[in-house]
Amino acid sequence: MTAPGDELPPLTVRITRADLVRYAGAALDFNPIHWNERVAREVGLPDVVAHGMLTMALAGRLVTDWVEDPGKLLDYSVRFTRPVVVPDDEHGAELELSGKIGELREDSTARVDITARFDGKTVLGKAAAVVRLSS
Amino acid sequence: MPLDQSFIGRSYPPSGTYDVSRAKIKEFADAINDGNAYYVDPEAARAAGYPDVIAPPTFLTIINLAAIDVIITDPELGLDYGRMVHGDQTFTHHRPVHAGDRLAVTTYVDDIKARAGNDFITVRAEIHDTEGELVATTRAQLVVRGEQA
Repeated sequence: MTAPGDELPPLTVRITRADLVRYAGAALDFNPIHWNERVAREVGLPDVVAHGMLTMALAGRLVTDWVEDPGKLLDYSVRFTRPVVVPDDEHGAELELSGKIGELREDSTARVDITARFDGKTVLGKAAAVVRLSS
Repeated sequence: MPLDQSFIGRSYPPSGTYDVSRAKIKEFADAINDGNAYYVDPEAARAAGYPDVIAPPTFLTIINLAAIDVIITDPELGLDYGRMVHGDQTFTHHRPVHAGDRLAVTTYVDDIKARAGNDFITVRAEIHDTEGELVATTRAQLVVRGEQA
């Protein structure tokens, strides 16, 4: 039985520059701050940063891995609070994802509260997904 | 200069339809390194009751971004794209998007406000299929940093 406070299996994901290029093409998001250091620095960023939407997608995987059927994810929202800086090397950036059941509802749905950390700090705020628990 | 608040309530009709393909869903799933069978295996998806493979929860970012672009590039609004960052994002799925869907997006400006020298604009997109059924609603808050910020 699922209960409030239950933790989802954590997930650690590595994001490299190659991942950013691939995601840019898949999502049709070609904002140069996600692939061009010069432009990123011009707007005050320390280096190229990951698409917030990529971080959101990866954090969503934590939840869909758990429910197995991604169609059970009904509502998903995040705030983008800190950038994920992706250096130009083979290691890239490491994103640590964890989640726990925040609330069970009478309509057989649950709210999963998600934590996404990069470099020891959270990068998403109020990240939560509502999932259907019944099949 | 703060954004024009008279834009609150403005809507932008669909500019066409977006055809969801198996290939694009697979490309997106690969890009987020997600091997979930429901994204790539039509049999697995059908066994769960879906007409075809379904899309990852944030797949509609493709449509959502296009909808945001319509608003932020509206010359009347005069938003400085170079100073804009994504503040928050919500996807509400009324049903999963699947390959074969033909989707149309209507975009709304829900709110515009200025706070501490920055502008905040909230954009909502309602995504319908060709039968007129509401498939998903997306909401994004965009922050335009002020000149001093």
